[in-house]
Amino acid sequence: MSPSSSSPAVSERLARKASRHISERIIEATLFAAAAVSIFVTVAIVFILVRESVAFFQQVPVVDFLSDTQWTPLFDDAHFGILVLLSGTAVSSTVALAVAIPIGTTIAIFLSEFASQRTRETAKPILELLAGMPTVVFGYFALMFVTPLLQELMPELPGFNLLSAGLVMGIMIVPIVSSIAEDAMRAVPMALREGSYAMGATRLQTAFYVVLPAAVSGIGAAYILGIARAVGETMILAIAAGMQPKLTFDPREPAATITAFIVQVALGDLPHGSIGYQTIFAAGLTLMLFTLLFNILGFWLQRKYRERY
Amino acid sequence: MDPSRGAISELPIKAEVRNFNFHYGEFHALKDVTMPLCERKVTALIGPSGCGKSTLLRSFNRMHDLYAGNRYGGEIILHPDQTNLLDPRVDPIEVRMRLSMVFQKPNPFPKSIYENVIYGQRVRGVTKRSVLDDKAEEALRAAALWGEVKHRLHDMAFALSGGQQQRLCIARALATDPEVLLFDEPTSALDPIVTASIEELIHQLKEKVTILIVTHNMQQAARVSDFTAYMYLGELIEFGYTEEIFIKPRDKRTEDYITGRFG
Repeated sequence: MSPSSSSPAVSERLARKASRHISERIIEATLFAAAAVSIFVTVAIVFILVRESVAFFQQVPVVDFLSDTQWTPLFDDAHFGILVLLSGTAVSSTVALAVAIPIGTTIAIFLSEFASQRTRETAKPILELLAGMPTVVFGYFALMFVTPLLQELMPELPGFNLLSAGLVMGIMIVPIVSSIAEDAMRAVPMALREGSYAMGATRLQTAFYVVLPAAVSGIGAAYILGIARAVGETMILAIAAGMQPKLTFDPREPAATITAFIVQVALGDLPHGSIGYQTIFAAGLTLMLFTLLFNILGFWLQRKYRERY
Repeated sequence: MDPSRGAISELPIKAEVRNFNFHYGEFHALKDVTMPLCERKVTALIGPSGCGKSTLLRSFNRMHDLYAGNRYGGEIILHPDQTNLLDPRVDPIEVRMRLSMVFQKPNPFPKSIYENVIYGQRVRGVTKRSVLDDKAEEALRAAALWGEVKHRLHDMAFALSGGQQQRLCIARALATDPEVLLFDEPTSALDPIVTASIEELIHQLKEKVTILIVTHNMQQAARVSDFTAYMYLGELIEFGYTEEIFIKPRDKRTEDYITGRFG
Protein backbone atom coordinates (compact mmCIF):
# COMPACT_ATOMS: atom_id res chain seq x y z
CA MET A 1 0.00 0.00 0.00
CA SER A 2 1.44 3.32 -0.95
CA PRO A 3 1.62 6.08 1.66
CA SER A 4 -0.59 8.45 -0.31
CA SER A 5 -3.57 6.12 -0.35
CA SER A 6 -3.28 5.40 3.36
CA SER A 7 -3.61 9.09 4.18
CA PRO A 8 -6.27 10.50 1.90
CA ALA A 9 -6.08 14.14 2.96
CA VAL A 10 -2.84 15.80 1.84
CA SER A 11 -3.06 19.43 2.71
CA GLU A 12 -3.42 21.75 -0.28
CA ARG A 13 -0.29 23.69 0.73
CA LEU A 14 1.87 20.58 1.02
CA ALA A 15 0.73 18.76 -2.11
CA ARG A 16 3.18 18.29 -4.97
CA LYS A 17 3.03 21.13 -7.45
CA ALA A 18 2.63 19.58 -10.87
CA SER A 19 4.03 22.62 -12.70
CA ARG A 20 7.24 22.65 -10.69
CA HIS A 21 7.61 18.94 -11.10
CA ILE A 22 7.36 19.16 -14.89
CA SER A 23 9.80 22.03 -15.31
CA GLU A 24 12.34 20.20 -13.16
CA ARG A 25 11.96 17.15 -15.35
CA ILE A 26 12.40 19.17 -18.54
CA ILE A 27 15.62 20.69 -17.24
CA GLU A 28 16.90 17.30 -16.15
CA ALA A 29 16.09 15.83 -19.56
CA THR A 30 17.84 18.71 -21.34
CA LEU A 31 20.98 18.30 -19.26
CA PHE A 32 20.97 14.58 -19.85
CA ALA A 33 20.53 15.08 -23.59
CA ALA A 34 23.49 17.45 -23.70
CA ALA A 35 25.65 14.90 -21.94
CA ALA A 36 24.35 12.09 -24.14
CA VAL A 37 25.19 13.93 -27.37
CA SER A 38 28.89 14.07 -26.55
CA ILE A 39 28.96 10.40 -25.65
CA PHE A 40 27.01 9.52 -28.78
CA VAL A 41 29.45 11.44 -30.99
CA THR A 42 32.43 9.68 -29.38
CA VAL A 43 30.84 6.29 -29.81
CA ALA A 44 29.93 7.09 -33.43
CA ILE A 45 33.50 8.14 -34.23
CA VAL A 46 34.91 4.97 -32.74
CA PHE A 47 32.30 2.93 -34.60
CA ILE A 48 33.14 4.44 -38.00
CA LEU A 49 36.88 4.10 -37.36
CA VAL A 50 36.54 0.46 -36.39
CA ARG A 51 34.13 -0.42 -39.24
CA GLU A 52 36.34 1.05 -41.96
CA SER A 53 39.45 -0.39 -40.34
CA VAL A 54 37.92 -3.86 -40.31
CA ALA A 55 37.31 -3.52 -44.05
CA PHE A 56 40.93 -2.40 -44.44
CA PHE A 57 42.34 -5.29 -42.47
CA GLN A 58 40.35 -7.76 -44.57
CA GLN A 59 42.62 -6.78 -47.46
CA VAL A 60 45.84 -6.02 -45.61
CA PRO A 61 47.04 -8.49 -42.97
CA VAL A 62 47.61 -6.96 -39.55
CA VAL A 63 51.12 -8.44 -39.49
CA ASP A 64 52.06 -6.55 -42.67
CA PHE A 65 50.53 -3.39 -41.24
CA LEU A 66 52.71 -3.62 -38.16
CA SER A 67 55.92 -4.95 -39.65
CA ASP A 68 56.27 -3.54 -43.20
CA THR A 69 58.90 -0.83 -43.50
CA GLN A 70 57.32 0.98 -46.42
CA TRP A 71 54.20 3.10 -46.64
CA THR A 72 53.01 3.46 -50.21
CA PRO A 73 49.25 2.93 -50.08
CA LEU A 74 48.54 4.86 -53.28
CA PHE A 75 51.19 3.24 -55.50
CA ASP A 76 50.67 0.24 -57.72
CA ASP A 77 53.07 -1.67 -55.52
CA ALA A 78 51.22 -0.83 -52.35
CA HIS A 79 52.82 -1.24 -48.94
CA PHE A 80 51.11 -0.51 -45.66
CA GLY A 81 53.76 -0.29 -42.94
CA ILE A 82 52.34 1.97 -40.23
CA LEU A 83 55.77 2.06 -38.55
CA VAL A 84 56.84 4.52 -41.19
CA LEU A 85 54.21 7.04 -40.11
CA LEU A 86 54.66 6.21 -36.41
CA SER A 87 58.36 7.01 -36.64
CA GLY A 88 57.53 10.47 -37.99
CA THR A 89 55.03 11.02 -35.20
CA ALA A 90 57.44 9.72 -32.56
CA VAL A 91 60.36 11.88 -33.70
CA SER A 92 58.37 15.09 -34.07
CA SER A 93 56.62 14.55 -30.73
CA THR A 94 59.91 13.83 -28.97
CA VAL A 95 61.43 17.04 -30.31
CA ALA A 96 58.31 18.97 -29.29
CA LEU A 97 58.28 17.55 -25.77
CA ALA A 98 62.01 18.12 -25.35
CA VAL A 99 61.13 21.79 -25.83
CA ALA A 100 57.76 21.98 -24.09
CA ILE A 101 58.40 20.02 -20.89
CA PRO A 102 61.50 21.83 -19.60
CA ILE A 103 60.31 25.28 -20.66
CA GLY A 104 56.73 24.70 -19.54
CA THR A 105 57.78 23.38 -16.14
CA THR A 106 60.21 26.23 -15.60
CA ILE A 107 57.55 28.78 -16.45
CA ALA A 108 55.09 27.05 -14.11
CA ILE A 109 57.57 27.11 -11.23
CA PHE A 110 58.36 30.74 -11.87
CA LEU A 111 54.74 31.85 -12.10
CA SER A 112 53.58 29.82 -9.13
CA GLU A 113 56.44 30.33 -6.68
CA PHE A 114 58.41 33.40 -7.67
CA ALA A 115 56.35 35.84 -9.71
CA SER A 116 54.40 38.61 -8.05
CA GLN A 117 50.66 38.58 -8.46
CA ARG A 118 50.91 41.34 -11.05
CA THR A 119 53.48 39.52 -13.14
CA ARG A 120 51.40 36.36 -13.02
CA GLU A 121 48.22 38.13 -14.02
CA THR A 122 49.98 39.73 -16.97
CA ALA A 123 51.99 36.73 -18.12
CA LYS A 124 49.30 34.06 -17.98
CA PRO A 125 46.85 35.55 -20.51
CA ILE A 126 49.72 36.28 -22.90
CA LEU A 127 50.89 32.66 -22.66
CA GLU A 128 47.38 31.42 -23.19
CA LEU A 129 47.14 33.61 -26.28
CA LEU A 130 49.98 31.52 -27.68
CA ALA A 131 47.88 28.41 -27.13
CA GLY A 132 44.95 29.99 -28.95
CA MET A 133 46.90 30.81 -32.10
CA PRO A 134 45.80 28.85 -35.20
CA THR A 135 48.26 26.05 -35.87
CA VAL A 136 48.52 26.97 -39.53
CA VAL A 137 50.28 30.14 -38.40
CA PHE A 138 52.75 28.04 -36.44
CA GLY A 139 53.23 25.83 -39.49
CA TYR A 140 54.28 28.72 -41.70
CA PHE A 141 56.36 30.14 -38.87
CA ALA A 142 58.27 26.84 -38.83
CA LEU A 143 58.63 26.68 -42.61
CA MET A 144 59.44 30.32 -43.36
CA PHE A 145 61.32 31.39 -40.24
CA VAL A 146 62.64 28.53 -38.12
CA THR A 147 63.83 26.30 -40.95
CA PRO A 148 65.93 29.05 -42.63
CA LEU A 149 67.32 29.92 -39.20
CA LEU A 150 68.29 26.29 -38.61
CA GLN A 151 69.79 26.12 -42.08
CA GLU A 152 72.23 28.83 -41.03
CA LEU A 153 73.52 26.40 -38.41
CA MET A 154 73.08 23.21 -40.41
CA PRO A 155 73.51 23.99 -44.12
CA GLU A 156 72.55 20.45 -45.16
CA LEU A 157 69.14 20.69 -43.55
CA PRO A 158 66.37 20.14 -46.11
CA GLY A 159 63.57 22.69 -46.47
CA PHE A 160 61.10 20.26 -44.99
CA ASN A 161 62.23 18.55 -41.79
CA LEU A 162 60.90 17.12 -38.54
CA LEU A 163 63.23 19.21 -36.38
CA SER A 164 61.83 22.60 -37.28
CA ALA A 165 58.23 21.37 -37.12
CA GLY A 166 58.90 19.69 -33.78
CA LEU A 167 60.54 22.77 -32.26
CA VAL A 168 57.64 25.00 -33.22
CA MET A 169 55.15 22.40 -32.05
CA GLY A 170 57.02 22.43 -28.73
CA ILE A 171 56.58 26.19 -28.47
CA MET A 172 52.90 25.74 -29.19
CA ILE A 173 52.58 23.18 -26.37
CA VAL A 174 54.50 25.24 -23.77
CA PRO A 175 51.43 27.16 -22.56
CA ILE A 176 49.41 23.94 -22.18
CA VAL A 177 52.09 22.41 -19.99
CA SER A 178 52.85 25.57 -18.03
CA SER A 179 49.25 26.50 -17.41
CA ILE A 180 48.14 23.12 -16.07
CA ALA A 181 51.36 22.55 -14.12
CA GLU A 182 51.03 25.99 -12.57
CA ASP A 183 47.45 25.27 -11.51
CA ALA A 184 48.64 22.06 -9.87
CA MET A 185 51.42 23.84 -8.01
CA ARG A 186 49.21 26.66 -6.86
CA ALA A 187 46.77 24.11 -5.45
CA VAL A 188 49.43 22.96 -2.99
CA PRO A 189 48.29 24.33 0.38
CA MET A 190 50.07 27.36 1.79
CA ALA A 191 50.56 25.42 5.06
CA LEU A 192 53.10 23.16 3.34
CA ARG A 193 55.05 26.13 2.00
CA GLU A 194 54.99 27.83 5.39
CA GLY A 195 56.27 24.63 6.97
CA SER A 196 59.17 24.64 4.58
CA TYR A 197 59.99 28.33 5.01
CA ALA A 198 59.77 27.96 8.79
CA MET A 199 62.52 25.34 8.55
CA GLY A 200 64.80 27.92 6.99
CA ALA A 201 64.32 26.83 3.39
CA THR A 202 64.75 29.29 0.55
CA ARG A 203 62.13 29.84 -2.13
CA LEU A 204 63.99 27.64 -4.55
CA GLN A 205 64.32 24.83 -2.01
CA THR A 206 60.66 25.14 -1.12
CA ALA A 207 59.69 24.98 -4.79
CA PHE A 208 61.81 21.93 -5.59
CA TYR A 209 61.67 19.93 -2.36
CA VAL A 210 58.10 20.56 -1.28
CA VAL A 211 55.82 22.13 -3.89
CA LEU A 212 56.98 20.12 -6.91
CA PRO A 213 56.69 16.70 -5.23
CA ALA A 214 53.32 17.65 -3.79
CA ALA A 215 52.03 18.69 -7.23
CA VAL A 216 53.58 15.81 -9.15
CA SER A 217 50.34 14.16 -10.20
CA GLY A 218 48.95 17.39 -11.64
CA ILE A 219 52.23 18.10 -13.38
CA GLY A 220 52.16 14.57 -14.81
CA ALA A 221 48.68 15.29 -16.15
CA ALA A 222 50.05 18.42 -17.82
CA TYR A 223 52.78 16.36 -19.53
CA ILE A 224 50.31 13.72 -20.70
CA LEU A 225 48.10 16.39 -22.19
CA GLY A 226 51.15 17.86 -23.89
CA ILE A 227 52.02 14.45 -25.35
CA ALA A 228 48.48 13.92 -26.59
CA ARG A 229 48.57 17.33 -28.22
CA ALA A 230 51.93 16.62 -29.89
CA VAL A 231 50.84 13.22 -31.20
CA GLY A 232 47.61 14.65 -32.59
CA GLU A 233 49.04 17.83 -34.09
CA THR A 234 48.50 18.00 -37.85
CA MET A 235 48.89 21.35 -39.53
CA ILE A 236 52.43 22.26 -38.44
CA LEU A 237 53.72 18.89 -39.60
CA ALA A 238 51.80 18.90 -42.86
CA ILE A 239 53.27 22.30 -43.70
CA ALA A 240 56.81 22.16 -42.36
CA ALA A 241 57.83 18.50 -42.18
CA GLY A 242 57.08 17.47 -45.72
CA MET A 243 54.68 14.67 -46.47
CA GLN A 244 57.02 11.96 -47.70
CA PRO A 245 56.47 8.79 -45.70
CA LYS A 246 59.88 7.66 -44.57
CA LEU A 247 61.04 5.35 -41.83
CA THR A 248 63.53 7.51 -39.99
CA PHE A 249 64.55 8.45 -36.49
CA ASP A 250 66.64 11.42 -37.60
CA PRO A 251 64.84 14.70 -36.85
CA ARG A 252 66.80 16.46 -39.58
CA GLU A 253 65.00 14.50 -42.28
CA PRO A 254 61.60 15.18 -43.78
CA ALA A 255 58.92 12.63 -42.97
CA ALA A 256 55.17 12.21 -42.79
CA THR A 257 53.33 11.62 -39.54
CA ILE A 258 50.04 9.78 -39.14
CA THR A 259 48.14 13.03 -39.02
CA ALA A 260 49.97 14.52 -41.98
CA PHE A 261 49.17 11.44 -44.05
CA ILE A 262 45.49 11.61 -43.13
CA VAL A 263 45.21 15.23 -44.16
CA GLN A 264 47.12 14.56 -47.38
CA VAL A 265 44.90 11.70 -48.45
CA ALA A 266 41.71 13.34 -47.30
CA LEU A 267 42.47 16.32 -49.55
CA GLY A 268 42.90 14.15 -52.65
CA ASP A 269 39.98 12.65 -54.52
CA LEU A 270 39.95 9.01 -53.59
CA PRO A 271 36.89 6.92 -54.36
CA HIS A 272 34.81 6.03 -51.32
CA GLY A 273 35.44 2.44 -50.24
CA SER A 274 38.76 2.09 -52.04
CA ILE A 275 41.72 0.69 -50.14
CA GLY A 276 43.45 4.10 -50.15
CA TYR A 277 40.37 5.63 -48.57
CA GLN A 278 40.26 2.96 -45.91
CA THR A 279 43.92 3.46 -44.94
CA ILE A 280 42.93 6.81 -43.44
CA PHE A 281 40.73 5.03 -40.98
CA ALA A 282 43.30 2.41 -40.10
CA ALA A 283 45.83 5.19 -39.51
CA GLY A 284 43.25 7.17 -37.53
CA LEU A 285 42.47 4.17 -35.36
CA THR A 286 46.17 3.71 -34.65
CA LEU A 287 46.43 7.33 -33.63
CA MET A 288 43.39 7.04 -31.38
CA LEU A 289 44.77 3.94 -29.71
CA PHE A 290 48.02 5.75 -28.96
CA THR A 291 46.23 8.74 -27.49
CA LEU A 292 44.10 6.38 -25.44
CA LEU A 293 47.23 4.61 -24.25
CA PHE A 294 48.71 7.89 -23.05
CA ASN A 295 45.51 8.84 -21.31
CA ILE A 296 45.41 5.51 -19.49
CA LEU A 297 49.07 5.87 -18.61
CA GLY A 298 48.42 9.35 -17.28
CA PHE A 299 45.44 8.17 -15.28
CA TRP A 300 47.50 5.34 -13.79
CA LEU A 301 50.45 7.59 -12.98
CA GLN A 302 48.15 10.09 -11.38
CA ARG A 303 46.68 7.46 -9.10
CA LYS A 304 50.03 5.94 -8.26
CA TYR A 305 51.75 9.19 -7.40
CA ARG A 306 48.85 11.10 -5.99
CA GLU A 307 50.01 13.05 -2.96
CA ARG A 308 47.62 13.71 -0.19
CA TYR A 309 48.17 16.91 1.64
CA MET B 1 53.61 38.02 44.60
CA ASP B 2 55.61 35.07 45.89
CA PRO B 3 58.89 36.66 47.01
CA SER B 4 60.91 33.45 46.66
CA ARG B 5 60.30 33.48 42.91
CA GLY B 6 61.80 36.90 42.39
CA ALA B 7 61.04 39.53 39.82
CA ILE B 8 60.78 38.49 36.18
CA SER B 9 63.33 41.12 35.25
CA GLU B 10 66.01 39.24 37.15
CA LEU B 11 65.56 36.00 35.19
CA PRO B 12 67.75 35.17 32.18
CA ILE B 13 66.09 36.55 29.08
CA LYS B 14 66.17 34.76 25.70
CA ALA B 15 64.35 37.38 23.70
CA GLU B 16 62.43 40.57 24.21
CA VAL B 17 59.78 42.32 22.21
CA ARG B 18 60.08 46.10 22.35
CA ASN B 19 57.44 48.56 21.19
CA PHE B 20 56.32 46.21 18.47
CA ASN B 21 53.68 47.42 16.05
CA PHE B 22 52.16 45.46 13.21
CA HIS B 23 49.90 46.47 10.32
CA TYR B 24 48.03 44.25 7.89
CA GLY B 25 47.51 46.89 5.20
CA GLU B 26 45.46 49.53 7.00
CA PHE B 27 44.62 47.36 9.98
CA HIS B 28 46.68 48.03 13.07
CA ALA B 29 46.97 44.48 14.43
CA LEU B 30 49.51 44.91 17.21
CA LYS B 31 49.98 48.06 19.26
CA ASP B 32 53.17 48.80 21.13
CA VAL B 33 53.72 45.33 22.49
CA THR B 34 56.60 44.95 24.91
CA MET B 35 57.33 41.69 26.69
CA PRO B 36 60.23 39.38 27.58
CA LEU B 37 60.75 35.71 26.75
CA CYS B 38 62.52 34.00 29.65
CA GLU B 39 65.14 31.45 28.82
CA ARG B 40 64.08 27.80 29.05
CA LYS B 41 60.61 28.71 30.17
CA VAL B 42 57.26 28.31 28.48
CA THR B 43 55.46 31.55 27.72
CA ALA B 44 51.84 31.33 26.64
CA LEU B 45 50.00 33.90 24.55
CA ILE B 46 46.27 33.89 25.26
CA GLY B 47 43.37 36.07 24.24
CA PRO B 48 40.21 35.99 22.14
CA SER B 49 40.29 35.42 18.37
CA GLY B 50 41.72 38.34 16.45
CA CYS B 51 43.69 39.69 19.42
CA GLY B 52 46.96 39.38 17.51
CA LYS B 53 48.59 36.53 19.41
CA SER B 54 49.38 34.48 16.30
CA THR B 55 50.58 37.60 14.52
CA LEU B 56 53.01 38.24 17.36
CA LEU B 57 54.22 34.64 17.34
CA ARG B 58 54.81 34.68 13.58
CA SER B 59 56.78 37.90 13.88
CA PHE B 60 59.53 36.09 15.76
CA ASN B 61 60.58 34.02 12.75
CA ARG B 62 59.62 36.64 10.17
CA MET B 63 56.86 34.57 8.58
CA HIS B 64 55.15 37.84 7.69
CA ASP B 65 57.89 38.57 5.17
CA LEU B 66 56.32 35.94 2.89
CA TYR B 67 53.27 38.08 2.21
CA ALA B 68 53.00 41.49 0.64
CA GLY B 69 51.19 44.29 2.44
CA ASN B 70 52.47 43.56 5.97
CA ARG B 71 54.29 46.33 7.82
CA TYR B 72 55.91 46.19 11.20
CA GLY B 73 58.03 48.34 13.44
CA GLY B 74 59.77 48.05 16.77
CA GLU B 75 62.24 45.40 17.88
CA ILE B 76 62.48 41.75 18.79
CA ILE B 77 65.89 41.33 20.39
CA LEU B 78 67.41 37.86 20.48
CA HIS B 79 69.97 37.04 23.15
CA PRO B 80 72.87 36.38 23.51
CA ASP B 81 73.40 38.07 20.11
CA GLN B 82 71.56 41.21 21.24
CA THR B 83 70.43 41.50 17.64
CA ASN B 84 67.10 42.84 16.48
CA LEU B 85 65.52 40.00 14.47
CA LEU B 86 63.44 42.50 12.55
CA ASP B 87 66.41 44.47 11.26
CA PRO B 88 66.34 44.47 7.44
CA ARG B 89 70.01 43.42 7.47
CA VAL B 90 69.06 40.23 9.33
CA ASP B 91 68.45 37.30 6.98
CA PRO B 92 65.05 35.74 7.76
CA ILE B 93 66.44 32.36 6.67
CA GLU B 94 69.06 32.55 9.43
CA VAL B 95 66.38 33.60 11.91
CA ARG B 96 64.22 30.61 11.02
CA MET B 97 67.14 28.27 11.57
CA ARG B 98 67.36 29.36 15.19
CA LEU B 99 63.67 29.86 15.92
CA SER B 100 61.67 26.83 14.79
CA MET B 101 57.93 26.72 14.41
CA VAL B 102 55.16 24.16 14.85
CA PHE B 103 51.85 24.96 13.21
CA GLN B 104 48.23 24.66 14.15
CA LYS B 105 47.48 21.79 11.81
CA PRO B 106 50.09 19.09 11.36
CA ASN B 107 51.73 19.90 8.01
CA PRO B 108 54.16 17.09 7.18
CA PHE B 109 55.64 17.27 3.70
CA PRO B 110 54.66 14.65 1.11
CA LYS B 111 57.79 12.68 1.89
CA SER B 112 58.90 9.85 4.13
CA ILE B 113 59.02 10.20 7.90
CA TYR B 114 62.82 10.27 7.71
CA GLU B 115 62.94 12.94 5.02
CA ASN B 116 60.49 15.07 6.98
CA VAL B 117 62.63 15.04 10.10
CA ILE B 118 65.89 15.84 8.36
CA TYR B 119 64.37 18.49 6.08
CA GLY B 120 66.03 21.31 8.04
CA GLN B 121 69.41 19.62 7.68
CA ARG B 122 68.84 18.99 3.97
CA VAL B 123 68.11 22.62 3.23
CA ARG B 124 71.30 23.50 5.09
CA GLY B 125 73.19 21.29 2.66
CA VAL B 126 74.02 18.44 5.05
CA THR B 127 74.43 15.27 3.02
CA LYS B 128 76.48 13.02 5.28
CA ARG B 129 74.38 9.97 5.97
CA SER B 130 75.66 9.32 9.47
CA VAL B 131 74.99 12.90 10.57
CA LEU B 132 71.47 12.80 9.14
CA ASP B 133 70.72 9.44 10.73
CA ASP B 134 71.88 10.67 14.13
CA LYS B 135 69.87 13.87 13.83
CA ALA B 136 66.75 11.99 12.82
CA GLU B 137 66.98 9.62 15.76
CA GLU B 138 67.80 12.35 18.24
CA ALA B 139 64.91 14.54 17.12
CA LEU B 140 62.41 11.69 16.96
CA ARG B 141 63.42 10.62 20.47
CA ALA B 142 63.03 14.17 21.74
CA ALA B 143 59.57 14.29 20.18
CA ALA B 144 58.66 10.94 21.82
CA LEU B 145 58.04 9.37 18.44
CA TRP B 146 61.12 7.19 17.95
CA GLY B 147 59.65 4.03 19.44
CA GLU B 148 56.60 4.19 17.19
CA VAL B 149 58.35 4.90 13.90
CA LYS B 150 61.87 3.48 14.12
CA HIS B 151 60.92 0.46 12.02
CA ARG B 152 59.18 2.44 9.34
CA LEU B 153 61.22 5.58 8.85
CA HIS B 154 60.80 5.35 5.10
CA ASP B 155 57.02 5.15 5.10
CA MET B 156 55.12 8.20 3.96
CA ALA B 157 54.46 10.71 6.74
CA PHE B 158 50.75 10.71 5.88
CA ALA B 159 50.49 7.13 7.05
CA LEU B 160 50.82 8.44 10.62
CA SER B 161 47.88 9.45 12.82
CA GLY B 162 47.14 13.12 13.48
CA GLY B 163 48.91 13.13 16.84
CA GLN B 164 51.92 11.32 15.41
CA GLN B 165 52.03 13.79 12.52
CA GLN B 166 52.12 16.69 14.95
CA ARG B 167 54.91 15.04 16.92
CA LEU B 168 56.70 14.49 13.62
CA CYS B 169 56.39 18.23 12.96
CA ILE B 170 57.83 18.88 16.41
CA ALA B 171 60.70 16.49 15.65
CA ARG B 172 61.24 18.30 12.36
CA ALA B 173 61.41 21.60 14.24
CA LEU B 174 63.85 20.14 16.80
CA ALA B 175 66.19 18.59 14.25
CA THR B 176 67.80 21.94 13.52
CA ASP B 177 68.77 22.48 17.18
CA PRO B 178 66.70 25.64 17.58
CA GLU B 179 67.05 27.94 20.56
CA VAL B 180 63.41 28.96 20.54
CA LEU B 181 60.36 26.87 19.62
CA LEU B 182 57.27 28.70 18.43
CA PHE B 183 54.01 26.78 18.80
CA ASP B 184 50.95 28.16 17.01
CA GLU B 185 47.98 26.44 18.68
CA PRO B 186 49.67 23.06 18.27
CA THR B 187 46.84 20.98 19.68
CA SER B 188 43.73 22.69 18.35
CA ALA B 189 43.31 20.02 15.65
CA LEU B 190 43.95 17.09 18.00
CA ASP B 191 41.87 15.06 20.43
CA PRO B 192 42.25 15.39 24.24
CA ILE B 193 44.46 12.32 24.75
CA VAL B 194 46.89 13.36 22.04
CA THR B 195 46.76 16.91 23.39
CA ALA B 196 47.87 15.63 26.80
CA SER B 197 50.84 13.85 25.22
CA ILE B 198 51.89 16.99 23.34
CA GLU B 199 51.61 19.05 26.52
CA GLU B 200 53.77 16.52 28.32
CA LEU B 201 56.27 16.84 25.51
CA ILE B 202 56.34 20.64 25.79
CA HIS B 203 57.06 20.19 29.47
CA GLN B 204 60.10 18.07 28.69
CA LEU B 205 61.32 20.29 25.87
CA LYS B 206 61.68 23.37 28.02
CA GLU B 207 64.71 21.84 29.67
CA LYS B 208 66.56 22.61 26.47
CA VAL B 209 64.71 25.33 24.58
CA THR B 210 62.74 28.47 25.18
CA ILE B 211 59.12 28.02 24.19
CA LEU B 212 56.48 30.47 23.06
CA ILE B 213 53.03 28.99 22.61
CA VAL B 214 49.82 30.49 21.29
CA THR B 215 46.77 28.75 22.65
CA HIS B 216 43.05 29.16 22.56
CA ASN B 217 42.69 26.86 25.48
CA MET B 218 43.12 28.58 28.84
CA GLN B 219 43.48 25.32 30.75
CA GLN B 220 46.32 24.45 28.42
CA ALA B 221 48.06 27.76 29.13
CA ALA B 222 47.62 27.11 32.86
CA ARG B 223 48.99 23.57 32.52
CA VAL B 224 52.03 24.11 30.33
CA SER B 225 53.27 27.65 30.80
CA ASP B 226 55.44 29.46 33.31
CA PHE B 227 54.46 32.86 32.03
CA THR B 228 51.30 34.07 30.40
CA ALA B 229 50.60 37.11 28.29
CA TYR B 230 46.99 38.14 27.85
CA MET B 231 46.31 40.04 24.67
CA TYR B 232 43.19 41.85 23.60
CA LEU B 233 42.51 43.84 20.41
CA GLY B 234 46.19 44.03 19.53
CA GLU B 235 47.35 45.17 22.93
CA LEU B 236 49.28 43.30 25.56
CA ILE B 237 47.01 43.72 28.56
CA GLU B 238 48.91 41.77 31.13
CA PHE B 239 52.07 39.71 31.39
CA GLY B 240 53.28 37.76 34.40
CA TYR B 241 53.72 34.43 36.11
CA THR B 242 51.01 32.08 34.94
CA GLU B 243 49.69 31.48 38.47
CA GLU B 244 49.32 35.18 39.06
CA ILE B 245 47.53 35.78 35.77
CA PHE B 246 45.11 33.00 36.54
CA ILE B 247 44.68 33.45 40.28
CA LYS B 248 44.78 37.18 40.81
CA PRO B 249 44.98 39.10 37.55
CA ARG B 250 45.62 42.77 38.01
CA ASP B 251 43.55 43.91 35.04
CA LYS B 252 39.77 43.67 34.94
CA ARG B 253 39.81 42.62 31.26
CA THR B 254 42.14 39.71 32.01
CA GLU B 255 39.91 38.60 34.83
CA ASP B 256 36.82 38.73 32.62
CA TYR B 257 38.52 36.59 29.99
CA ILE B 258 39.99 34.09 32.45
CA THR B 259 36.72 33.62 34.26
CA GLY B 260 34.93 33.06 30.95
CA ARG B 261 32.83 36.19 30.95
CA PHE B 262 33.73 36.63 27.29
CA GLY B 263 36.08 35.21 24.73
